[in-house]
Amino acid sequence: MSHAFWIILTGALVASSCALLGCFLVLRKMSMIGDAISHAVLPGIVIAFLISGSRSSLPMLIGAALVGVFTTFLIEFISKKAKMQNDAAIGLVFTFLFAVGIILLTLFADKMDLDADCVLHGEILFIPLDTFATGTFIDIVPRKIWILAIVFLIVIIALRIGFKGFLITTFDPFYAVSVGISTVIWHYVLMTLVSLVTVVSFESVGAILVVAFLVVPAACAYLLTDNLVKMLFIAVGVGILSSVVGYYLAQWLDSSIPGAMTTVLGILFLIVFMLAPKYGLLPRFFFKSKSLVRTDQV
Amino acid sequence: MKELLEFLSLSNANVRYVVLGVMLLGASTAVVGTFTFLRKKSLVGDAVAHSVLPGICLAFIFSQVRHPLVLLSGAFLSGWLSILSIDFISKKSRIKADAAIAIVLTVFFGVGIMLLSYIQSTGNAAQSGIDHFLFGQAAALVGNDVIMLAIVCVVLVLVVWFLFKEFSIVSFDAAYATSLGLPVRALEFILSTLTVVAIAVGIQAVGVVLMAAMLITPAAAARYWTNKLYYMVALAAGFGALSGLFGSYVSYSAPKMPTGPWIIIAITMIAFVSMTFAPERGFFFKWLRKRRKENNTMEENILKIFFHLGEQENNLSTVRSITDLQARRYFEESKMRAGLKRLCREDKVVETENGWKLTKNGLEESKRIAKLHRLWEMYMSKFLKIPADHVHEGAESLEHFFTPELEAMLEEELDFPETDPHNKPIPYAKTNAS
Repeated sequence: MSHAFWIILTGALVASSCALLGCFLVLRKMSMIGDAISHAVLPGIVIAFLISGSRSSLPMLIGAALVGVFTTFLIEFISKKAKMQNDAAIGLVFTFLFAVGIILLTLFADKMDLDADCVLHGEILFIPLDTFATGTFIDIVPRKIWILAIVFLIVIIALRIGFKGFLITTFDPFYAVSVGISTVIWHYVLMTLVSLVTVVSFESVGAILVVAFLVVPAACAYLLTDNLVKMLFIAVGVGILSSVVGYYLAQWLDSSIPGAMTTVLGILFLIVFMLAPKYGLLPRFFFKSKSLVRTDQV
Repeated sequence: MKELLEFLSLSNANVRYVVLGVMLLGASTAVVGTFTFLRKKSLVGDAVAHSVLPGICLAFIFSQVRHPLVLLSGAFLSGWLSILSIDFISKKSRIKADAAIAIVLTVFFGVGIMLLSYIQSTGNAAQSGIDHFLFGQAAALVGNDVIMLAIVCVVLVLVVWFLFKEFSIVSFDAAYATSLGLPVRALEFILSTLTVVAIAVGIQAVGVVLMAAMLITPAAAARYWTNKLYYMVALAAGFGALSGLFGSYVSYSAPKMPTGPWIIIAITMIAFVSMTFAPERGFFFKWLRKRRKENNTMEENILKIFFHLGEQENNLSTVRSITDLQARRYFEESKMRAGLKRLCREDKVVETENGWKLTKNGLEESKRIAKLHRLWEMYMSKFLKIPADHVHEGAESLEHFFTPELEAMLEEELDFPETDPHNKPIPYAKTNAS
């Protein structure tokens, strides 16, 4: 298999996992929580790396995912107990944890092959070179691809099993409570999944592309359909498309691959924002469609 | 230690520039950030901070120089574009504000990263140091940079100074500002412009990723100490300058360390201390006050049980065991025991072999509480016309909140009635009863 294939596959796997979860974040108006988690897992990754001495090991995944859940908990604590306004609480918590992560990285720079640049850019280029080195057929597929594929499977299984729970707690939390479905539990299940995906994607594509993949494909899909299942599929499609096109854009410009993938995502969003049949800017402008029901402006 | 003294004495000209520059940056971004915070635009600030990166890169690509003024104007333009984009997306489509912020943030930043790596791959000699904008490297500032930054900062603070009243009205209540005839849109435009400028200069010290904290965390910390906007702005500026000093010291003593993260650590620590220990709003003292009130309520309830039991048997100084007390009104044994221990310390009950007994002090106190309860019941039935069988609940909670002044007013208003609505005698202290 070629180098390019593995890199595109990495992008596509990250994009798919992120896009699926991102749909729920966007619908729950929690996009910035996704942003916060993706920054805040950094200290978790560094500490777990220092303890376990290797990347992408199980303790590392669990440790970092816990930090992600801890982040949402801390944000809630500060905004509820210390009565800080919610947006400031989010900003305060994730910048702090990210700063701690960067300092740990600088302190232990000689002990680990992970640096601040890698945090932002990811190391997608080196993924094909790193295998489990077992000498068996497993080595055909790079290490990171295995891990990303497993996490993707976990996300799909979790969504398949919990679809109803996610659906009801997202669209009608009051109804959910009235029929005895705990919104808190589903909230934390979602946060755990987001943290898990963020952690495994982090090293490959960097902190920022994770957020881009979480939010932008979901936002595109949100403009294209009213049906949640269709939205999930469209979001995955947008994510995969951007990782393919982004790879070749990066080759052409000789630039950062995650940066290029994000740029493509931005272009796709712009196109959808302008041209989406029902909710796009131009169709609504020209046809004066009244289909846009905005409850938040009533 | 010697290092610290050397640092603080500012004897080295380079150190002097860097320290003064970073402190000024910290203070002025905090001043502007206070209004960002109050307008609940913290996360927009975060998005703008990330969004200045492509502007810096494009300014460099077109000019091929690393002059701060050139990069600053690039940063300013793309920062403004990001604010407009967020507004446009959330107003003109069904996408909500939070998603619009996240989209603009990541896409702008992604483009910035792409351009940055493109610049680095061209191998232009002048580009070295451009990546310092990611996490900030205050030590890289030289004399000219600092002088320019200082001018910008002073201008920022002056604008806030002159428009302080207008800004505060717009930040707190835009509708009211409109009704006063203030040019709200223009003021908001100026505020947003100030924010973008503050961010564009601030990233030199802390970098784009952490800039949001520079803007909002000092304000968030200051908010816990005061309700006056004037003090809040001054306090935030002080916090900003202090953490700037700390960050540049770390960067000075360990040159490998990026300045930005250390500034953020310092300012967040200040915020944590503020939200915990600020006297009025900090949650430690709030919790302490709440606990004291709960303890107090428990003690008063125990004294009341003593009084009720004594009233039944016409003997107020009988020794009671916890079981006796629980039989009259049930509280968990551990809570009751703790309450009795505290009452012992306050010399209101004494512990004997078979249980506890009221002291003289405790007796007076227990009478007072029973009196308050019954007086309040009386008041509710007399003035609020609440039926006698409904007044107990209200009195049960309010009896713990009466100040001596209220107590006197209540007695006066009711003219010292003999009995409560349930025909139980109201136990006045001796001076009143006579």
